[in-house]
Amino acid sequence: MADTMELKDVEVWDGNLASAHSLRQAQVDVVAAYPITPSTPIVENYARFLANGYIDGEYVMVESEHAAMSGCIGASAAGGRVATATSSQGYALMVETLYQASGMRLPIVLHVVNRALGAPLNVNGDHSDMYLGRDSGWIQLDTFSPQEAYDLGLCAFKIGEDHDVRLPVMVHQDGFLSSHTAQGVKTIADDVAYDFVGEFKPMNAMLDFEHPATHGVQTEEDWHFEHKARQQYDLMTKVYPKTKEVFAEFKELTGREYKMVETYDADDADVVITALGTTVETARVAAKQLREEGIKAGVVAIRMIRPFPMEDVREAFKGVKAIATLDRSSPHGTVGMLYNEVAGAMYQMKDNERPLVSNYIYGLGGRDITVKHLKDIFSELIANVEAGSVTTPLQQYVNVRGPKLSFL
Amino acid sequence: MANKGWNEFDEGALLFSFDKNVAMNDIATTHAEDRPYSKSNSFTASVADWRIEKPVFNQDYCIDCQFCWIYCPDISILSRDKKMVGVDYDHCKGCGICVEVCPTNPKSLLMFAEATNDDEAIAKWPEKEKKEK
Repeated sequence: MADTMELKDVEVWDGNLASAHSLRQAQVDVVAAYPITPSTPIVENYARFLANGYIDGEYVMVESEHAAMSGCIGASAAGGRVATATSSQGYALMVETLYQASGMRLPIVLHVVNRALGAPLNVNGDHSDMYLGRDSGWIQLDTFSPQEAYDLGLCAFKIGEDHDVRLPVMVHQDGFLSSHTAQGVKTIADDVAYDFVGEFKPMNAMLDFEHPATHGVQTEEDWHFEHKARQQYDLMTKVYPKTKEVFAEFKELTGREYKMVETYDADDADVVITALGTTVETARVAAKQLREEGIKAGVVAIRMIRPFPMEDVREAFKGVKAIATLDRSSPHGTVGMLYNEVAGAMYQMKDNERPLVSNYIYGLGGRDITVKHLKDIFSELIANVEAGSVTTPLQQYVNVRGPKLSFL
Repeated sequence: MANKGWNEFDEGALLFSFDKNVAMNDIATTHAEDRPYSKSNSFTASVADWRIEKPVFNQDYCIDCQFCWIYCPDISILSRDKKMVGVDYDHCKGCGICVEVCPTNPKSLLMFAEATNDDEAIAKWPEKEKKEK
């Protein structure tokens, strides 16, 4: 039996420690990990809690991230609650096994501390790794602060492990900006948190010797399509209602409310920035300052990247005149992911209701984005509204040295 | 299985060895042919159709040492009460390991072309090899 840890109502945790405590409170059975900057302290702290008797579990040291996720897949198929953490190059090495985890319907929780992908090698935060996995069949939840990393870290188990869902979940946070920034985090007592997450209920576990099952079978053109169809059906129809239910339960427990799409000052907004991660908080500051100047500015943030909440996105942008989609990942060869997703959602609107959409690439490799940059973007949106069309190139690079860079 | 739709599969990429509703408590002491294998288990399927050579068993020389049974990587040597019974041709891939490990002289298992019938093969069985002095 694991020891209980006494927590203050508010602890000073960075995002990594907050995530580690969510793993501890959920009493994760197995963590197979290959630590990588900036996510290292998550698995390091899990190992520490385990060694100090605060967790009944197993920590498996492996030789690579590919092996880490493979170990997690084995442990999850065997019938345990499983989680790990990674970033960047390690995430890239995991990609093959990410598809195995989702295809095998194993509810593993992966904390992804977002970091740039080389070359050039870079340890700082951008969203390249997060974008890399967006077709992998995982549920992807995005957090903007240590508090959210902790809260959604707990919710993740409850969503993914539900027997109607049975899908792996990624909880994203920004490398360094969230993972290494200590903030006040409102805590939940160990027993309350565990009761919220609930006991792990195995499904078709390999260790159920009375019902032997072969996991990870091969299917060719005869049955592969049916399996993928089932996976997509469950991802598209089961995850959203379950997440809504879990968020409602979490609000009842803590008073903290989460939505698939978070909106700030967006109800009556003319101009809106939409972004992911810590930039959301900076954009809120920029919008608030512009509100004081009488400009109707707002922020819309995507909490659930996969399955993409298209209806909620459309609802959030109703009445908005111009949108800037901010992507912290170089899309290499096209517009940013958020631009594509948002524009796709908007296309279903009537011609005269459809907002103007433009795309900004920013913050690659941890480059700062400041309130000033965001206010400048809002100014361009205002110009778009006045002109009735996008006055800038469709895609612009923000805060990059050299001549102004833009495309399309 | 032929008309099964996407909505009729279990979640994941998994198949059950036995009918899901049958609990197996004594699997280790139940012979394969007596187990309630499900249709999706390969026990009921032929997974040997790419074999081009097959091991033929000749009972006349077998000493029931069980080497072939131990070494077969595919559980395709049939042995009951420590007596060699034959080869499970639905699962044997024709790797020849059983022939390789057979210690009798001449061997009690030899590889023949897949199309050869057993009587034909046994008629061609080699004589005992004499030790050269």
